Amino acid sequence: MVNIVEQPEGHEGQGFFATSMDKAIGLARANSLWPLPFATSCCGIEFMATMSANYDLARFGSERLSFTPRQCDLLMVMGTISKKLGPVLKQVYDQMAEPKWVLSVGACACTGGIFDTYSVLQGIDKIIPVDVYVPGCPPRPEQIIEGLMKIQELAKNESLRRRNSDEYQKMLESYNIETTK
Amino acid sequence: MSELKINQNGQLTSLDTVDGEIATLNLGPTHPATHGIFQNILKVDGERIISAEPTVGYIHRAFEKLAERRPYQQVTPITDRLNYCSSPINNMGWHMTVEKLIGAEIPKRVDYMRVIVMELARIADHLVCNSVIGVDTGALTGFTYVFQEREKIYDLFEEICGARLTTNVGRIGGFDRDFSPVFFQKLDKFLKEFHIIFDDFTNLLERNRIFMDRVIGAGPITGERALSYGFTGPNLRAAGVDYDIRVMNPYCSYQDFDFDVPIGKDGDTYDRFLVRQEEIRQSLRIIHQAKDNLPAGNYHGDVPSFFLPPKEEVYRSMEALIYHFKITMGETPIPAGEVYHSVEGANGELGYYLVSDGGRTPYRLHFRRPCFIYYQAYPEMIKGSVLSDAILTMSSMNVIAGELDA
Amino acid sequence: MENSTIQDITSSIESKFPNCVITTDSYGMSNIVCSRESIIDLVGHLKHDLGFGFLTDICGAHYPLSENQEFQVVYHIHNLYKNVRLRLKVNLATADLAIPTMVNLFPAANWMERETFDFYGIIFEGHPDLRRILNMEDMDYHPLRKEYALEDETRSDKKDSFFGR
Repeated sequence: MVNIVEQPEGHEGQGFFATSMDKAIGLARANSLWPLPFATSCCGIEFMATMSANYDLARFGSERLSFTPRQCDLLMVMGTISKKLGPVLKQVYDQMAEPKWVLSVGACACTGGIFDTYSVLQGIDKIIPVDVYVPGCPPRPEQIIEGLMKIQELAKNESLRRRNSDEYQKMLESYNIETTK
Repeated sequence: MSELKINQNGQLTSLDTVDGEIATLNLGPTHPATHGIFQNILKVDGERIISAEPTVGYIHRAFEKLAERRPYQQVTPITDRLNYCSSPINNMGWHMTVEKLIGAEIPKRVDYMRVIVMELARIADHLVCNSVIGVDTGALTGFTYVFQEREKIYDLFEEICGARLTTNVGRIGGFDRDFSPVFFQKLDKFLKEFHIIFDDFTNLLERNRIFMDRVIGAGPITGERALSYGFTGPNLRAAGVDYDIRVMNPYCSYQDFDFDVPIGKDGDTYDRFLVRQEEIRQSLRIIHQAKDNLPAGNYHGDVPSFFLPPKEEVYRSMEALIYHFKITMGETPIPAGEVYHSVEGANGELGYYLVSDGGRTPYRLHFRRPCFIYYQAYPEMIKGSVLSDAILTMSSMNVIAGELDA
Repeated sequence: MENSTIQDITSSIESKFPNCVITTDSYGMSNIVCSRESIIDLVGHLKHDLGFGFLTDICGAHYPLSENQEFQVVYHIHNLYKNVRLRLKVNLATADLAIPTMVNLFPAANWMERETFDFYGIIFEGHPDLRRILNMEDMDYHPLRKEYALEDETRSDKKDSFFGR
């Protein structure tokens, strides 16, 4: 028998398995994250290598890439974000539905990278909240996969009420992101 | 339904046959099909495009200003990020520009080693472009096959310099170390087995009825128009003009190699696809010749002011210690002057205009980026065609956002 | 063969445009410095009569220390038949940064001039659409001029002393 994912704790019986809601939902969310590759530059090419047969991101559940923010869970920002592109990124983030995670791939997306210039945004966490940072210039596909695995851990262990909690709403307000409460 | 006047290429020739309203469509800046970050605001009549207004600069990273701050060897990582699908070519071009400025003599072995690396990079870039043309027509299988081959090229780059994509390979004066025997083993294996997967990819697309119907006639441009727009590289050669810098102003001992320069006829997407396919085969020919005739010699030229001496000598001889210190601190004597050097990048003539005033950093460094120059012609190339042809034209022009905006 | 071709070209230019200064540098490239009034005629002569049909590049440069000649527009032009390259330079003063556009001769000059305007503020008279191309439209300074720093002046999170500035 092939073990695809670890079974969560629960009560097993003849023809049924009982576990708590958040464990079941966490399991489902973590293993079917649909990413939105917001690929701008060199890290985008490493992402294309990650998606292709050698490193295969699809085995982690990210088979279906969606390029529309309305249908995806994970925003992977790969590459340099310039100040001209900042409002576009913010708009894409706003259009995503909760729960959503952000993975910042590459040194340019994390902190501006080697481009400490007048036109480059020094890190996307100046405009949107980021969950996992993957450093590298560009990071190897294995590192991008590790970043995705950390997001999977976050998704698996997230409490169901987190997105409605006060702390989360306060954090969104600090980024000037409108919250619908 | 009014009569549309369409010429033999399938393009709308007369505006007064617009039927209905003209809609404005925003293509980009983040769009799965644009493979890069640039925006096009299209005015369409149904599906026919009437005009396009491109906006670029969404990934402007100020390379030229950044280069004025960095010593000469620190500019190499910046040049990597211009056309990042084939970064070794950019690196080698920069090193050759500096060597031209300082008047350095480079041994032939270095030239041949550089040729091997540059042609591998050219193959990698053309593979990406052609497979992406396939993806835009819906043929995703070719993409998966071709990226496996790209992984093998990445392996080869890792053997030489340790990095896969943004390689920062070589030094001013040559290479930091000779190619190891493992590299030659891997290169032999690559050269023997590459054609299997490449022939698979060719059989999938090149004479495929559906693919040909899609791409023939999409986004044509004539040779004179292309020349006046400053086209270079495969896009210009597909339009029928045989301008290749490796033949016209040979650098790096390219005159020693025997290779053909493929030319197209109509300048449409199919011609661009075929020209790139043939260039991959010619690059393989060049690599075979370079590898078989690799001359003996040193792997770097005699430029002690730029090339770090070996560590054993730094610990033992005073001279080497002083050179090491000066190079690392950026205190090397550089002649004042201005030089323009260009190499045949994967997209065309990649030029470097370097002005030095004798200081430790360039006074002015300007990159002549082929993508930036030929993308101006895009609105003219897609005028009158349907939207899907416009997408194909863009992907066949191989617009790399890093080179577009710099 | 090449030397005589360059000789013919330079003597033709000298006879028609006596105010231009032609030098050959140690890298084999001929540099022509001419005034902004004659640049369009010179390039027209090069294109129509001498076969220079390919405009390689236009860029700008800023030399704040040259009195009255602070800005320079550099054109690289290429004769594909005889394989000869030329570099043309026009010097401009800060107070009067205007030069006629090359777009009518070479459509390739369109975006190159926009880029030069974006970086240096040099106005190209007669350009169909002279606005910023790489930077944001509402930027109010021209960044590649030597008086402006590379980093963003308005940022607050980095201490310059840690970076040696």
